[in-house]
Order: sequence, then structure tokens, then C-alpha cells
Amino acid sequence: MMSLTRRFLPANSRKRSYAVLVLLIAYALLLVLPAFAQQDVGDTEYRPFPKIGSRNAAWIAAQLHLLFGSFILGVPMFAVVIEFVGMRTKDLRYDRMAQEFIKLCMAAFSTTALLGGVLVFVLMWCYPKVMNKMTGIFGPTMIFYVFLFFGETFTLYLYSYAWDKMQNRKGWHLFLGVLLNIFGTAIMFVSNSWLTYQTSPSGIDEETGNFIGTTWEAVNNFTWMPINIHRFIGNIAFGGSIVAAYAAFRFLVATSREDREHYDWMGYTGNFIALCGLIPLPFAGYWLGREIYQFNQTMGINMMGSLFSWLFIIQAVMIGVLFIGANYYLWSGMGRIEGAEKYARYRPYMAAIIAVCVAIWMTPRSLIATPQEVAAMGGRYHPLVGLFGLMTAKNTVVNLIILTTFLSFLFYRRLGKTPIVGWAKIGNIAIAIIFGFAVIAIVSIGVAGFRVVTDFRINTLTPIQVFIALFVMISVTIIDLIMYRRAMVSGTINWGKMTDRSQYVLILLAITFTSLMGLMGYARSGLRENWHIFGVMPDTSPDSFTPRLSDAVNIIAVIMVIFFALVGFIFWIGLLGEKKEGNRSTH
Amino acid sequence: MKRMPLFTKCLILFVLLWLFLKFVIGGIISVPLPSSLIAMYLWLIILAILVHVSVEDDRFREFLRPIKETLADESKKVRRTALFVLIPLVMLGFTFSKVSTRADPPAALRTAHPAPPADLTYRDKVIGTSQEVENPFRHLEKDDAEAFRVHVENGRRVYYQNCFFCHGDNLDGKGHFAHGFQPLPANFQDPGIIPNFQESFLFWRISKGGPELPPAATPWDSAMPVWENYLTEEEIWEVILFLSEYTGYRPRTSGEGAH
Repeated sequence: MMSLTRRFLPANSRKRSYAVLVLLIAYALLLVLPAFAQQDVGDTEYRPFPKIGSRNAAWIAAQLHLLFGSFILGVPMFAVVIEFVGMRTKDLRYDRMAQEFIKLCMAAFSTTALLGGVLVFVLMWCYPKVMNKMTGIFGPTMIFYVFLFFGETFTLYLYSYAWDKMQNRKGWHLFLGVLLNIFGTAIMFVSNSWLTYQTSPSGIDEETGNFIGTTWEAVNNFTWMPINIHRFIGNIAFGGSIVAAYAAFRFLVATSREDREHYDWMGYTGNFIALCGLIPLPFAGYWLGREIYQFNQTMGINMMGSLFSWLFIIQAVMIGVLFIGANYYLWSGMGRIEGAEKYARYRPYMAAIIAVCVAIWMTPRSLIATPQEVAAMGGRYHPLVGLFGLMTAKNTVVNLIILTTFLSFLFYRRLGKTPIVGWAKIGNIAIAIIFGFAVIAIVSIGVAGFRVVTDFRINTLTPIQVFIALFVMISVTIIDLIMYRRAMVSGTINWGKMTDRSQYVLILLAITFTSLMGLMGYARSGLRENWHIFGVMPDTSPDSFTPRLSDAVNIIAVIMVIFFALVGFIFWIGLLGEKKEGNRSTH
Repeated sequence: MKRMPLFTKCLILFVLLWLFLKFVIGGIISVPLPSSLIAMYLWLIILAILVHVSVEDDRFREFLRPIKETLADESKKVRRTALFVLIPLVMLGFTFSKVSTRADPPAALRTAHPAPPADLTYRDKVIGTSQEVENPFRHLEKDDAEAFRVHVENGRRVYYQNCFFCHGDNLDGKGHFAHGFQPLPANFQDPGIIPNFQESFLFWRISKGGPELPPAATPWDSAMPVWENYLTEEEIWEVILFLSEYTGYRPRTSGEGAH
């Protein structure tokens, strides 16, 4: 049809014929629509979503909205920081990169809002009674949300469009950026209150099951703040990884040396940001898990020992991939700096430590074994590696992976510099001692964790392990910063001199982050089992069952394909705009 | 002396690590590891080796060199032909081992622990929520040590009259009948059993046994009797005290912030 119109009709007539075709399709749709006409709401509890079912429709819409939301909330956080660095160092490259980040954010902003609208429509259509209940409790917060949304929209537009014009008023521009982040974070906090209330409702009359509390009680429910913190950090990591993947793609298709240099630097920055988010993320996740267990042990056991326990093995594998990938990228990056051989000799040991730690982390408690293998083990749990399935072992290795990754970064940032302070040797010995003692302490606490009372381990020992890891990172950073403050530059960074493999790793990291968010979203939501609001409002719809892990993975895979297709499309459109601007400037 | 190619070194390392897992950890140090776990570890080893060799271009080229030579070099024709025969044969053997019918039941994926319902019941009587129910004798540990000791002794009696046949006289899951069960009876000496659960969970598992586990916990196949049909509520709480006292593992609590 298209080739026919192209061959026989002039351009104007062709456009007209397309318009007529669109009108005809629209008319046909109008004729068909009455067949789907709905009855008056009445007491309708559920309406089935055609073909894929209500749960899947809501799932896909919610997860896509969340992925885009995470990106547009995460990016402005580090864009402001980078802009601030640019202002302080007077290095225009930082400013340009921050602006480029915000351009990506702008491109994704309307899609996020659109998907939010789709989610609301799906929920109102498929789950009218649930929405009625939720709006009854959270009505005031929804009005507040609208104001916040306007605030975020206007500040984002101002922050982005006024970037060039406000070059001489950087302070005010940064203030706009901070305001944008405040609005964005507040929006996330408000919407988090709705979904966390469904998991851990508060202000409930135990006799009737009705909500009798205040709006604040509903908002400030048991899992609200842990989710807020977890998502806040997660947004930074996710935003950084998507930006890094974008830069990797641009690096791979770049034709000029300048472009390769720029996108190599951008990819490095994105990965660094993702790492900054990734390192504290397990701590925040652990806190969230602990709070869920404390709220309800059924949920806790379902999460870690029953229905969703295998999901956490997949999670361990994926986080393992994230850490291995992030380290791989850092190690690859050493190739672009002269003098990298100095630290390259440590790399095999670091790779081995991370591999052993990931192996322990992903060892299941209950092993997949034949009856003969079970008999040979003397039970379902292996007497030695079965211990790796317990949280004390997993917490220990997580801390070791984090410290090893930190060490990789420390080596990376030292490359091409020689300290000139007289106490450099002592400083290095001090750093080595700090690392050594920290590893001994973390491992010892981990071993002790097998024998102590669980409450003591969860509330005391694990936080001590976390504080030790944090102490190492903070104290070593301080020593290193002072030691290298006026360091002699002994080697230059050759931006653009990176292997293509390292760029594919950046793309892999973004894909892994996305799938991880999808999987964990399924766990968080699925923990409610057959409740819309846990213990208060049962789910009596035909979708009231927990999907198998394989089904969940399929849905998440579909979501990922849609997400990356949309992201690719949005970035491509951004690229078109960029080309147009380029053409205009060359003319 | 000619240097050993990097690829060969990596291959030797891989084989050594496999032998280490199979025979050192799974033989000398401890009992055999399930093949699923060995496979998982081997994949990770391959990944770690690939990470190490591919970080730098030169090293990666060196690693790939024997592979490229085998595929393209005229002088490596014998090696190439041998591999082209061997690889399909290995794959054939592997496929045959996977699809051939066996008398043994296949490896099963099993969740570690079923989750209890929201409300805890004893013979259909609701005794509270799983989150809040506590062992009624636990407070005696501080308040009245003598009375506490009596309840622990009662628990010991209940255990040796009813549980030890399967769970063993040392509470390690190696009772007289244990070998006849699949899955094997729980080993209470394992640090992942008692400390990981609240006493209300242990009460639920003992009172409901295998037959009354929730559908979500399937396939559980536990042969444990429904002990609420044979023991009183007090006896179940007492046997939990005994399990804790004997093993030295203390059940977890619901935590400070529990609702």
C-alpha cells in the first residue's frame, strides 16, 4: 500500500491519503468500542483487563512507570552535584556533562508522566474498589502529590531551559536544581506511602479492620522509611547506570576522537555514580528486609525462606554480576592511564576475592540435590557450604565485596599520580593496616554470627560489620585525599582509550540493574500474597495467586524489552534534536 | 624453555579448581557437594577467569591465540580435526545423560522453610497471631529458674518419648528411622534451624507436622505427624524449650519494633 501510494501519488496527495486512512481506522474503532462499553460502577470490585489480565496490566504499567521514575529522580541528584563541581573547579566540561544528563532526564520526563497516567487508568479500571479504599485513606496526600508534581515540572523546565541563560547566576541555577530534587524526592516519598501502606498498613482497628488513624499514621507506616531510603539510593545507582549505558552506546558508535573521549568520560562518571549508589544499597536493602521481618514473620519467612527465597539467590547472582562488572570496568579503565602496571598485579587476587565472595553469597541454603546427594550430605543442608546459605555468611561477604570494590576505586584514582608528602609510606601502611584489621574484624564477626542469638546478630553484629566497612571507606578516603592533594602528575589519562568490551559491560550493568529492580519489585509486591492491603483487604479477584518465579521472570523480561525500547526511542529522538542543532550551527 | 600458553594455564586452573571442589571440599574436608552447586561454582570460575584475561587487550589476544590458531592455522589441522570430533561426542554424551530415563528421582528444588499463617491455631482454636504469640514458659527463665527447669525436663521427656526416633538422641536429625525419610528429619544442631525462627513458628511446625502445611509450601513431603493430635499445647511449648536448651540455640524474637 505504502509503496503504491509512493509510486502513484504526489507528496501532498500522499499525506492526504494517510490522513484519510487514519480517519477510517478511527471510525472503525469507534464502531467497535461500544462492544467494550462498561456498565455503571455500582459495587463492581474488579474488571478484567483483556487478554493479559488485570494483574499483568497493572504490573507492566507500574514497573515501567517506576523504572522511568527512578531514572528521572536519580539523574537530577547527581546532575546538581556535577554542576556544583563544575562551578567550583571552573571546568566547563562538568557543566556540559551535567546539562547533557538533564537533557536525557527531560526526554524521559513526559514518558514517566504518561506511564503514571496509564497506571492510574489501569488501576481505576481494573481495581475500582481497591482504588476507592486507597483514595479514601490517602486523598489528602494525592492532592499534595499534584502540587508537588507541578513544582517538579516547572523547576525541571526552568532548570533545563535556563541553563545557558543562567551561566552567570550559577548559584541561583544550582538552587533550582536543589529545589527540583526536593520536589522529586517528596513525590517519591508520597507515592511510596501508598504502596508501603498496602504491605504494612497502620492505623487499623483490629476488630473491624477499618482504617481509624490519621493520614500521617497511614503515611508513616512500618516499611515507609526503609523503602524511601532504599529507593533514594537505588535511584542514584539506576540513574548512573542508565547514563553510563547511554554513554557506552554513544562511545561505540562515535566516529570522532573527541566524541570517544567525551563519552568515555561520561561513561566513567555514570559508572562512578552507579557505584556510589550500589555500595550502600545492600545495607539499605538489609534494613528494609529486617523491618519487613519485624512487621510480620510470615512475610519475613516468605521472603527469605519460602516463596521468594529462590528470588534472593537470583538477586545474589545479579548483584554479583553488578559488582564484577563494575570492577571489570574500573580495571579496564586502568589501561587508559600510564603507570597502571603498579596496581595491575593485585587484580587477580581482587578478582579471586570477589569471585569467592559472590560464590558464598549465591549459595542457597537448601541445595538442589538428588535424593542420593541429600543422603550423602546427611540432610538437605550441606554441613560446610550449607552455612553459606545463612545470613551471617552472606552479610560478611557483602561487606568484603564492597571493600574490594572500594579498593579497586582507590587504585584507579591513584593512577597517574605520585604523592609528594613525606609520610606517603606511613600513610600506605596505615591504609593497609586499616584494611587488614577491618577484614579480620568483619570475618570474625561473621563467624561469631553462627553461634550468637539471632536478635543480637541482627541488631548488633550486622550493624557493626556495616559500620566497620563504612569506617574503612571514610577513613581511607580522608587519608588518601590528604596524601594525594598536591600529588605530582606522573601519567595522563587517555580518555577514549577503552576497550569496546568495557562499554558492553556498562550496557550489561544497566540491563542487570533494570532486571534486578523488576525482580525485587515482584518480591516486594508479591509478599502481600492474596491481600490488596495486607491483613485488611483480601484480593478476591481471579488474579489472586502468587505467580511462579518463571512466570514472573517472563513478565519482567517483557517489561525490560519495552523499557529499553522506549529508552532507546527517547534517546534517539534526543539525538535527532542534537543533529538538527549541529546542522543549524554549521550553517 | 617455551612458556605455557595463557589459555592452557587457565584450563589447568579450571580443572584444578574443579578437582578441589569435587574431591578436597567434597571429600577430604567435608561430604560431597551436589552437582548443581559444583556447576554453579564452575560457571563463576569461568566468569572470573574471563574477567581476568579480558581486562587488557594484550592479555586477551594472548588468551585467544591458541583458539584462533586451532581454528585457522594450517599446522594445527590434527588438533582441529580431533576437536571437531571430540566436541560433538562430548555434547552427545552430555545430552544422552540428560535425556536418558533413569530410575533415580531427579534433583528437586525445595524452599527452605514454609511460612506460617497470620493466625496461630491449636486444634482449630486461635491462640493469637504468629507475630505475637510467645512461649508461655519463656518468662520463667528469668522469673523462676526452678519452674523453668521443670518445664525443660518435661520437654526432654516429650522429646525422647516422641521425637527422638527420627530427630535422633543428639537432636541432629539422625534418628533410627531417619534413613527411611525423604526429606530427612530436621537437624536441630544446625545453626540455621532454631535461631532463625520465633518460638511461634516452631510451635506451628510441630503442631501441624507435614500434612497441614500450607499449599504454598509444596512440595514439602514431610512425614512429620500432626503433633497437636497427640500432644497438649503445654507439651509443645515445653519441647521447644528443650530443643533450645539442649542445642544452645535461642529462637529469635519478633524484634523491638514488631507491630
